[in-house]
Amino acid sequence: MKLKGTEILLKTLKSEGVDTIFGYPGGVVLDLYDDLIRTDIRHILVRHEQGAIHAADAYARASGKVGVCLVTSGPGATNTVTGIASAYMDSIPVVVITGQVPTPLIGNDAFQEVDIVGITRPCTKHNYLVKYTEDLAETVKEAFYIAKSGRPGPVLIDLPKDVGNKTITYNAPREAKLKSYNPTYKPNMKQLHKVVELIKTAKKPILFAGGGVILSGASAELKKLAKKTKIPVTTSLMGLGAFPGTDPLWLGMIGMHGTYRANMSTGDCDLILAVGVRFDDRVTGKINTFAPQSKIVHIDIDPTSIRKNIPVTVPVVGDCKISLKHLNRLIEEVNLRDIIKKRKKWADQIDLWKNTKPLAYDQKDIIKPQYVVEKLYDLTEGKAIVTTEVGQNQMWAAQYYHFDRPGHFITSGGLGCMGFGLPAAIGAQIACPDKLVVDIAGDGSIQMNIQEMATAVQYCLPIKIVILNNGYLGMVRQWQELFYKKQYACTNLDHSPDFVKLAEAYGAVGLRATKPDEVESVLSKGLFSTDTVIMDFRIEREESVYPMVPAGTAITEMLLV
Amino acid sequence: MNEEKHVISMLVDNKPGVLSRIVGLFSGRGFNIESLCVAETMDPHTSSITIVTMANLPIVEQIEKQLNKLVNVIKLRDLTGPKSVKREMALICVKAKTENRAEILSIVDIFRCKVVDVGPEHYIIEVTGDEGKLSALLNLLKPLGIKKIARTGVIAQLREPK
Repeated sequence: MKLKGTEILLKTLKSEGVDTIFGYPGGVVLDLYDDLIRTDIRHILVRHEQGAIHAADAYARASGKVGVCLVTSGPGATNTVTGIASAYMDSIPVVVITGQVPTPLIGNDAFQEVDIVGITRPCTKHNYLVKYTEDLAETVKEAFYIAKSGRPGPVLIDLPKDVGNKTITYNAPREAKLKSYNPTYKPNMKQLHKVVELIKTAKKPILFAGGGVILSGASAELKKLAKKTKIPVTTSLMGLGAFPGTDPLWLGMIGMHGTYRANMSTGDCDLILAVGVRFDDRVTGKINTFAPQSKIVHIDIDPTSIRKNIPVTVPVVGDCKISLKHLNRLIEEVNLRDIIKKRKKWADQIDLWKNTKPLAYDQKDIIKPQYVVEKLYDLTEGKAIVTTEVGQNQMWAAQYYHFDRPGHFITSGGLGCMGFGLPAAIGAQIACPDKLVVDIAGDGSIQMNIQEMATAVQYCLPIKIVILNNGYLGMVRQWQELFYKKQYACTNLDHSPDFVKLAEAYGAVGLRATKPDEVESVLSKGLFSTDTVIMDFRIEREESVYPMVPAGTAITEMLLV
Repeated sequence: MNEEKHVISMLVDNKPGVLSRIVGLFSGRGFNIESLCVAETMDPHTSSITIVTMANLPIVEQIEKQLNKLVNVIKLRDLTGPKSVKREMALICVKAKTENRAEILSIVDIFRCKVVDVGPEHYIIEVTGDEGKLSALLNLLKPLGIKKIARTGVIAQLREPK
């Protein structure tokens, strides 16, 4: 069979199960687009390439499939770099296809030429410049295999125009198999036996889960382990939803804006069972004061995560789900009754922490952002997919929306990339058309990719944008308040658009609340609308996120309300 | 923790950009490269890379894991210590005034080097050996005046079982 490069690409995408692409056309991908619209692959036209990559990222998280993003060469490609870096930090499987100038022009500083493979080398799991049409099908297959296997991540394929245009005899590609790439899924059982011994003897254990649990679909196994052993659970920001946020064993999130009890437990525990985490600095605080008396078990599929930041007592390299499954089986054989009885004091201590310093805020006659998120949680019965921007809005969402299910909290965790939430909401809504998708935003972040409102309206996506509007770059302002003597250098955003009018200008619905008693009615009206809605909540301008661990201090040294 | 010299040898895919991935990993993560040697192996699809790095043990562990994680790295070995043979070659251009010429030639003889270029005022000496030999030779030649030097960096191979 004779096929053109672009046809081979599309055929291979189809065979990988791709039904949706987020993209933006341009010069060197004209041929590809010309063929694309003849297939049944759905193309979502964004308004900026950064929107495409964030949407593909969120689509992957919400659907469990690989997200696909298609852009042109040069600026099209460079506009995706931020989103690629974000997906890389959060280990999200995305395949990015970038157009490239024809091979004879590569290196000539041609129009819209950029060395995107060189630029994205440090922020992709792997990337390719396809030089021969004959290699295309296999490269695409390999890219999908690499993106979704092991510790997932973004993979970029750079496709020169002439490679796409050449017609060759098509041979179906063989299964992707690489001699140099073989992720370890099955854990070493010897190590797991050691873990069981540690669980048996620990007096003050905690479980600490991260994004890896969600990525490997290990939530049920995690829950089983926690319930069986009665070990309390905390998660990182990326792990929210891996364990039910309403469970009695739930400690709350750990880290810089973690709960008092989660952070205190970490400081005092004698065993941390860490699953699918990477001990990021926002989690550990000052590294040599982290969990000083604790033994640490670290289960992760990526060996580089283990012992990168902290010393580990028992390392276990393996897939979270498979490892926890085996661990649960081993635990079945242990008589836990006496062990759990002996931990009564630990459970009481945690209750004490919980009751003395719960998450709290003062309700006044000005809208509190925490109140908005709480109301949102009530009205959506905790069932919405929540995307966030980055900053205070993200932390309030993490603290006050009690995530019960995996895959319902979609945030740029590692990179902390402002402008993520709106395109992410678009990607999540496309992946889950029947779910309610809410972007919890700030007035600063939302303006970084506000152009995607047009995308949401064009595709009739009923996403809801909740802007916690304080007229500041709130998180930076908070740091200035606490650590820079209240000198608010360049964080005052008092020249923002009227978000209600802006929504209307895009053909969406705009609503506003300025007083606490308007919050519920605005939320009800907005959430149950079938349109794209922006809800502008004028919140207390100088509200801060607490608890807060100042950067570089121990996580038990929290600033509280 | 003490920094030590480590010799890491890798078998990698012989493809464009692979060296850049490896070097980029070192610079991006703040690891250090003392020397680097690359060449094709018997199989034209693979290359062998030898890197010498200075780092403490946890960092070496991290370097090796990170390198192993690269899709194009097929096999990696830490060849530090006596389990491997290590060699480096250098071309040393040394000032050779009449009064020093005999002394230089006797050093060349003792170290079993070769003079590969001669001029009225210089010799270029070719030397191959391990780190100890090269530094001993350089120490002797330094007072006589070294004009230029080119070193290949270390290559290494695991000793076969006896």
